[in-house]
Amino acid sequence: MTVTAPPARTGRTPAVRPVRRRRASHAGTGWLFVSPFLAVFALFTLVPVVMAVGLSLTDIRVADLRTPFAVGLTGLDNYETVLGNAAFRRALLNTAVYVVIGVPVTMAIGFVLALALDSGIRRMRNTFRAIFYVPVIANVVAAAVLWQYAFTPNGPVNEALSGLGITGPNWLNEPAWAVTTVLLLTIWRNIGTCMVLFLAGLQSVPEEVHEAAALDGAGYWRRVFSMTIPMVKPTTLLVSVLMSVNFLNIFEEPYLVTRGGPLGSTESIASWVNEQFGFGNISGSLAGSMVLLVVVVVVSAVQMRVLRSDR
Amino acid sequence: MTTLAAPGAHPHAAIPPRPTQGRSGSVLAVYAGLTLFSLLMLVPFLLVLLGSFKTQGELTRDPGAWLPESFANLSNYAVLFTEKNFGRYFLNSGVVSVVVVVANVLFASLAGYALAKIPFRGRSLVFSFVVIAMTVPFVAVFVPQFVVLVQMRLVDTLVGIALPCLVMPIAVFIVRQFAQSIPDELLEAARIDGASELRIFTTIVMPLLGPALATVAILTFLNSWNYFLWPLVVAQSADNYTLPVGLAVASAAANTTDYGVLLAGSVTILVPVLVLFLFLQRWFIAGVATSGLK
Repeated sequence: MTVTAPPARTGRTPAVRPVRRRRASHAGTGWLFVSPFLAVFALFTLVPVVMAVGLSLTDIRVADLRTPFAVGLTGLDNYETVLGNAAFRRALLNTAVYVVIGVPVTMAIGFVLALALDSGIRRMRNTFRAIFYVPVIANVVAAAVLWQYAFTPNGPVNEALSGLGITGPNWLNEPAWAVTTVLLLTIWRNIGTCMVLFLAGLQSVPEEVHEAAALDGAGYWRRVFSMTIPMVKPTTLLVSVLMSVNFLNIFEEPYLVTRGGPLGSTESIASWVNEQFGFGNISGSLAGSMVLLVVVVVVSAVQMRVLRSDR
Repeated sequence: MTTLAAPGAHPHAAIPPRPTQGRSGSVLAVYAGLTLFSLLMLVPFLLVLLGSFKTQGELTRDPGAWLPESFANLSNYAVLFTEKNFGRYFLNSGVVSVVVVVANVLFASLAGYALAKIPFRGRSLVFSFVVIAMTVPFVAVFVPQFVVLVQMRLVDTLVGIALPCLVMPIAVFIVRQFAQSIPDELLEAARIDGASELRIFTTIVMPLLGPALATVAILTFLNSWNYFLWPLVVAQSADNYTLPVGLAVASAAANTTDYGVLLAGSVTILVPVLVLFLFLQRWFIAGVATSGLK
């Protein structure tokens, strides 16, 4: 209230007033403290999302980047063009393949590793955990350069395979093998995250449960399937949504290792968007990125529900 | 969700052991499997290092050989820092990362603390902004973000590269989770003593946030050091390239016989992070396990 100015620090004012004053100062402090976050959020999330939705309905070109409000409305034309574009549809399909193959494989490996680390061994556990985790923190450009080198036709990978009596394929130039190469890199980079999350989930299973099941005479694998897997279900849901989002957003791996080729066979939605942006097809890349945003938001909405229901 | 709350607050220094459940034979099998898979996961790092010592001649003669002819051949590294401008890229990456880490430790802790401990109208709205910012995929908004940057006339500057990362939502999230455990009585007592909110923050809250801020520092360093798409879009002249951008550009222009130099570039990017990981492993795993959420 501004009608009567509160007396300054008498110490004898009725109890109500200091409380109200403190609350008011709290509001100011609260907003002050979150203001740096809000500024960055407004400039680089809120405005861009609103802008992306708006501009994807216009005929924006590179020349319009300085004057984004001088563009002409074209309605849903960009979406029609993009969804009718063979290369974009190929990218949608490829991304689906990455998700459908990559997510289960990565999760299965991560789960088995977590299971092994939680199986009662004592020595070297933290070392193993660290080793499995290192690829997560490895720079993707550095890894992609290695992948290109290692998977050349006469490169180290095929050299090692021929040592085992296997003739390696032309990894980067045959569509199915190129997809495999990209997937190998992405899976390698994501196993550690799955392993760490699963390990945390496994360790929340109380010891008594294991002991009781063992006393009942259940064998190890029997216990894994009928007891452990159901008990870590919340973790499994979380990890599956996380990995789905990661694989939906797959960008650097195809962009750097195969440049989307051969013949668009490894192009993902995100690498297509970036490629079109590079070509100056701003309106097309915006519409493409909005399609990706919708897909990811739908998956993330499921993620939020999962997280909420678990609390 | 324990997997979410635990990492920021109590990173496991060591995995609590479970009593052995199998016989000694199966324990041996577990170790054998783990060792084999460890080697598989580490082979890429080994190949990067070995390849970085190879000359063009070697790569032409025998592209499949694993071992270099000489481990003393550092010519690739010399080329990198004399001809290829990697010294500049390294400096740029370092400057951007340090600025991002310092800004996040300061601003994310302010915001995270306010969201946890200062009741104000609109607080839950602000928190939902944090969650939204964590959810929106970067690849979906980098084009309009670039439009914003054009308006700010910050294209092709290091400031433009660092700006969107100065307050990462994941950092705010981690601090908020951790700050919720600070007892209200402590803050009330300080207020009754007449301490200002800023003073309470700097002298009482910041020291208590120590572990969370360590996680934030590691995590934001990792993110900014490894950052690729945004710097790629923003940096247009070579003087503003960060290491990943410089390496990607060099790689796009290279022949297959240039892999020695490129792999030396990979080693240059990987080493700082790997060294930090060696010493601060638990904070990495705590931090990035949370950032899986992003």
